[in-house]
Amino acid sequence: MGTGQPLLEVDGVTLRYKTPDHLVTATYRVSFKVWPGDRFVLLGPSGCGKSTLLKAVGGYMAPTEGEIRLKGRSVTEPGPDRMMVFQEFDQLLPWKTVRQNVIFALEASGRLKGREALERANLYIDKVNLTKFADSYPHTLSGGMKQRVAIARGMAMEPDILLMDEPFAALDALTRRRMQDELMMLWEETRFTVLFVTHSIPEAIKLGSRILLLSPHPGEVKAELNSAATPEAALRLESRIQQMLFSEEIEEAENV
Amino acid sequence: MSSARVLTGAPLTVPPRPAAVEPIRPEIVRETGQAHGAPVVEKPLSVFERLYNQAWLRKILILVLLAGIWEAYGRYLDNDLLFPTFSATMEAFFRAVADGTLPARAWSSLKVLLMGYAAGVVLATLLTGIAIASRIGTDFLETLTSMFNPLPAIALLPLALIWFGLGNGSLIFVLVHSVTWAIALNTHSGFLSVSRTLRMVGRNYGLSGPRLIGKILIPAAFPSILTGLKVGWAFAWRTLIAAELVFGVSSGAGGLGWFIFENKNMLDIPNVFAGLLTVILIGLVVENLIFQTIERRTIQRWGMQA
Repeated sequence: MGTGQPLLEVDGVTLRYKTPDHLVTATYRVSFKVWPGDRFVLLGPSGCGKSTLLKAVGGYMAPTEGEIRLKGRSVTEPGPDRMMVFQEFDQLLPWKTVRQNVIFALEASGRLKGREALERANLYIDKVNLTKFADSYPHTLSGGMKQRVAIARGMAMEPDILLMDEPFAALDALTRRRMQDELMMLWEETRFTVLFVTHSIPEAIKLGSRILLLSPHPGEVKAELNSAATPEAALRLESRIQQMLFSEEIEEAENV
Repeated sequence: MSSARVLTGAPLTVPPRPAAVEPIRPEIVRETGQAHGAPVVEKPLSVFERLYNQAWLRKILILVLLAGIWEAYGRYLDNDLLFPTFSATMEAFFRAVADGTLPARAWSSLKVLLMGYAAGVVLATLLTGIAIASRIGTDFLETLTSMFNPLPAIALLPLALIWFGLGNGSLIFVLVHSVTWAIALNTHSGFLSVSRTLRMVGRNYGLSGPRLIGKILIPAAFPSILTGLKVGWAFAWRTLIAAELVFGVSSGAGGLGWFIFENKNMLDIPNVFAGLLTVILIGLVVENLIFQTIERRTIQRWGMQA
């Protein structure tokens, strides 16, 4: 693949879904491009359609307008080239051990078989420091460990892009910080492309290399920012983002 | 008096904050990991406590106690026609087992049961399959189960006798009815309760259709499926014995229910008790050994117990 081409193109995407009594527009004409090696973060308050957008990239939902292209091909259905890491702890198959969970993903998707799958699984389980728990069943693991297994499973598939839907949101603050550091270390090692959804501004700045700021109801692109390199720049960026999100809230409150 | 005025008269004044009298406290930082001097870290329980913690031992104790009461009451009553003693029942039981009548009767019951159970499972699978495939299929299954689940299978026996005559056909018909709805209902609700996340994970691997059902939905719904199988088994076993009491002879070999009925007619009450005991024993073995073993090896190990 040439370097002159973005890996993922989201092109004027409008997403609508039905609840029992409403037709909800989750995002309106959202466009962005993700380049190989990006840590692209979708940031916004709840209701800005960031999770819905990620599901659309995952292929779980078709845009009513616009197109999503991965490596130039239109995304129409879920597939192992876009591995999802969910927020929920029940994303692991409870009837399989940690190792079997990773192997099953590789074999079910037809990526690898037998010995190769086992070796790949062991490698990535080791990368997330879970070798000691490789033969444990998911229900015996803590929340943070389950998320690490899910990350290992996603990375073991070596997808074109890793889609992470607030994977650390249900963790306690200390575990969350450690997981963020670990994810950054993993990225330094392998330089995978990741599309990360969060509603936490510090998390976005810490993890992202590029941040897409979405406004709520319906989700529209408000800004696309580069992340900060130094702690001082991070603080400035944080207050800038806060201002962008917060000023709108004040306007809304005044209109009410 | 003056204090009362302070309380009622000046509600808006802020009560004076206590002066910062507490001294500045030093910070405390301790070295941990030096608890090796603690008195008791771990100590084995006494033999009695450990034995008493075994559930099976406590249950055997209860059984022994009940058998004792039974024996005592039987001896006190001293009437073999109404209430044989525990020892007379055991004697009749072992006699019937030794001469082969009881095992033969039990086997012929079990054979019919297994046929009916298998047919019921197949039918339930088909119905559930239709139910997952389409919304109208779901409605179909829900309507049928809500209609037929409250109908005791044994109530269909007179009709079955007209349709299929005296014989295994009628028994199997009744059994299928008793098994199908329980299993279909539980399996279907199990499929419905599989979390959205797990379905999405399965589709993420590129699974769809039969592969998604076989590799994700069925294992994920397994706790409910197993409950359905257990309930179906219990219904089937009770229904069969009841049906055999009404009629149980096909080509000269009756089942356990018939054994009980026959012996009652011959006023051989210890044998009636022995027959009942066999019904209980087989029920216990299947429910406690077979199903519990499956449960322990699967859903308990996976932490999926509902």
